[in-house]
Amino acid sequence: MELLNLGVRSIFIDNILLAYFLGMCSFLALSKKLDTALGLGLAVTFVLTITVPLNWLIARFFLNEGALAWMGLGELDLSFLIFICFIATIASTVQLVEMVLDRYFPPLYSALGIFLPLITVNCSILGGSLFMVEREYGFAESVVYGFSSGVGWLLAITALAAIRTKLRYSNIPPGLRGLGMAFVMTGLMAIGFLCFSGIDL
Amino acid sequence: MASKTKALITDPLSDNNPITIQVLGICSALAVTVKVDKAVIMCLALTAVLTLSNTVISLLRQVIPSRIRMIVEMTVIASLVIVADQLLKAYAFELSRELSVFVGLIITNCIVMGRAEAFALQNPPRDSFLDGLGNSLGYSAVLLIVASIREVFGSGTWLGLQVMPSGYLPNVLMLLAPGAFIIIGLLVWAQRTLIGHYETD
Repeated sequence: MELLNLGVRSIFIDNILLAYFLGMCSFLALSKKLDTALGLGLAVTFVLTITVPLNWLIARFFLNEGALAWMGLGELDLSFLIFICFIATIASTVQLVEMVLDRYFPPLYSALGIFLPLITVNCSILGGSLFMVEREYGFAESVVYGFSSGVGWLLAITALAAIRTKLRYSNIPPGLRGLGMAFVMTGLMAIGFLCFSGIDL
Repeated sequence: MASKTKALITDPLSDNNPITIQVLGICSALAVTVKVDKAVIMCLALTAVLTLSNTVISLLRQVIPSRIRMIVEMTVIASLVIVADQLLKAYAFELSRELSVFVGLIITNCIVMGRAEAFALQNPPRDSFLDGLGNSLGYSAVLLIVASIREVFGSGTWLGLQVMPSGYLPNVLMLLAPGAFIIIGLLVWAQRTLIGHYETD
């Protein structure tokens, strides 16, 4: 029940994009077409579900204060290395996922392939792992958090892409076209998502 | 030469602003602009990281093999961010707590990566340093404008000083996520109309 609650919270209330602004750059750049948006959203969900628990393990067994006790090095505190280790993990996971998909699931690879390299520099991925550390989630929580944050992101980008497709037929002042309008629409979407706040299972 | 040097600094301030025109580094622009003091710290951290990373990558540009350049860039940036984060923790602990994960997210801030890829890899260190400085100033300008608007209307203060008359009822929407999206959207509109930069679909 706790886990379900965390899932619902991270999809709707604490949406990683609409409430914490993570992954904005690719969100704005790739939300012009619905199918591209869907593909990128799926890739983000996939990578977040893998990297957040993986980074949890790395932080728990290597980097946190006293985490190296199993090696007899209990007095070490390597937590300052978290940034560089997390980003390295993310970059290599993305590479690995790309290779595995290419070898065993070619249809999925052809759908997600072009988006995977972009994901390394998508701040929602690193942000997910950093939030996981800051909020001191357990292992099961980190799996749920990674997955549901990804779903929240997917939801936001597909919704914006659908709206932008419609916007093409409206007469917007020239300076507001493109980026400006995308921001205003996202703001209105964020207001919509505010109505979920307070839901507690 | 002098005019070229000047252009490196002044171009990103308005005509080629990293946030409103190049669409880079949006996440932090939205997230840290609730209060002006947070925005100032974030600007200082980003300026330090961006100018140094541009200089270092430009110094290394002859020896970085192009196949692994992303990883090299990432390592340089991540190391600089670790230093910035440790310095903030040491000298401005409260503010670094409030900024939470967003200092770490400078690693995936697309401005840093984007300028390294687009400028530092092809240009000598001095120009890259100036380009980094110019882009940081452009980024800081947008951040400070957005933060000022949000703090003045959202809490009635500016940098902690009371500026609104005492009967002013704070507009809480400014402090929430939707306020950030809409203000930055309108800012993009105003700025693009002023310089006449229009997107065509």
